Amino acid sequence: MARKINLRIWRGDATDGGLQDVQVEANEGEVVLDVIHRVQATQMGDLAVRWNCKAGKCGSCSMEINGKPRLACMTQVATYGDETITVTPLRAFPVIKDLVTDVSFNYKKAMEIPAFEPPKELVPGEARMQQVDVERSQEFRKCIECFLCQDVCHVVRDHEENKKSFAGPRFFIRIAELDMHPLDTLKNRKRTAQEEHGLGMCNITKCCTEVCPEHIKITDNAIIPMKERVADIKYDPVRWLGSKIRKREGIV
Amino acid sequence: MSGVFSPTRAKIKERTLRTDKWWIQPAITFGVLLSFVIYATFRAFEGANYYKDHLISPFYSPCLSEACLPEATILGWTPVSAEIFNFALSPALIILIFPLGFRMTCYYYRKSYYRSFWMSPPACAVAEPHKKYTGETRFPLIIQNSHRYFFYAGLVLNVILTYDAVISFKNPEGEWGHMSVGSLVLLVSSTLLWFYSASCHSCRHTIGGRLKNFSKHPVRYKLWSWVSVLNHSHQQFAWYSLAGVAFADIYVRQVATGAWTNFYFF
Repeated sequence: MARKINLRIWRGDATDGGLQDVQVEANEGEVVLDVIHRVQATQMGDLAVRWNCKAGKCGSCSMEINGKPRLACMTQVATYGDETITVTPLRAFPVIKDLVTDVSFNYKKAMEIPAFEPPKELVPGEARMQQVDVERSQEFRKCIECFLCQDVCHVVRDHEENKKSFAGPRFFIRIAELDMHPLDTLKNRKRTAQEEHGLGMCNITKCCTEVCPEHIKITDNAIIPMKERVADIKYDPVRWLGSKIRKREGIV
Repeated sequence: MSGVFSPTRAKIKERTLRTDKWWIQPAITFGVLLSFVIYATFRAFEGANYYKDHLISPFYSPCLSEACLPEATILGWTPVSAEIFNFALSPALIILIFPLGFRMTCYYYRKSYYRSFWMSPPACAVAEPHKKYTGETRFPLIIQNSHRYFFYAGLVLNVILTYDAVISFKNPEGEWGHMSVGSLVLLVSSTLLWFYSASCHSCRHTIGGRLKNFSKHPVRYKLWSWVSVLNHSHQQFAWYSLAGVAFADIYVRQVATGAWTNFYFF
């Protein structure tokens, strides 16, 4: 059954902007992206909003709904009852227009992560791995690159100056995925995670895990294991000594 | 202006637009942890009321000081002087660093106190008040990387506290085969501590997480799988074990002062 809901939408660009109130019809079962599209079709023809699949798989419609980073296509209007729904662009990134932000920071960071490096003698098509060896990394492959984790991470959200030295949770799962990969041979992946990509900046307050629409356990399964792997090579004298006496797996 | 108020970001004057009661969880955590710290500090300095009829408080075990009651020590072993620089040292202060360090560097507690005490951040998508942030890259927070060593020390303490629980199955005359409410309290407390340690992230890493090829280490993979299951509930074990230790200490103290009588089931 259709009903009228109150919506507050942030409109503007990098120079100025503010929240605008609108009333819009919402039908049973609709998501926030549906009502934003209705506003765009009936009241604000020039409203900028980024979207694509409407199925929670493309990661395009990331925005903040009542202050929380969410996918608009996966957020039911009914969740909020009669409450006014406030919709803003992601607050960690530069705004372009209305609900659209410039997320190029993430693509720059992606390019900084060293790529997968299989053994040199391995011929394409000849790689063989057991399921138990790759299942940890597979969880991280679910990432849809919505960048909600990057948006909510206070290291860059609250400190613009940290952007140059901090890759963010999305790329820590990428680093973990590669470091845990049985065929990755790149040396110093742990060390660069700490020294170049800012793993030590993370204080594991788990907001990235809380907002992940794919329910990836970013902190428990990627960031903390990586912190422990970094401790192996940088902060654990016993492990360091052990690696010098006898080459052990995991110490590369 | 930095953070969410940076010039290129959407001009929104509120620190957060969250409409839920996001402050409740950090407020409760702050209250509970602060209460525990105040109580533990009082008990650590009290230096008394920690032993009665084969019940020893977990705050005072192992009792290593010459100031310890002889029956509270492990086989009479007291390697630490009762005084240091003319300061009467409570036996609890000698060992406190280990459980304290284990919990302070614990990945779960770090989340808790960074949020509730340091407000970094107070909650997700709520702007923190600090102008600068360097995370765990510098002293003193770089010490958090020593968590595994406190985990190892915690395992030793768990063995001792389990031994204490076993000893409590004696009656006041020292005869085995008796069980009191105190035995039950110490048993539950030490069991919860084992669960807390076994679910620890450093334990998960040490037991198998650091491996690249699980298929070459099937036993460690199995152990890692079990620890991973426990690890899902590390937060719960952190709170339950904290409550268990606090209650065990309160119980022993009350029995030692005579306020409560330790009831024997058999």
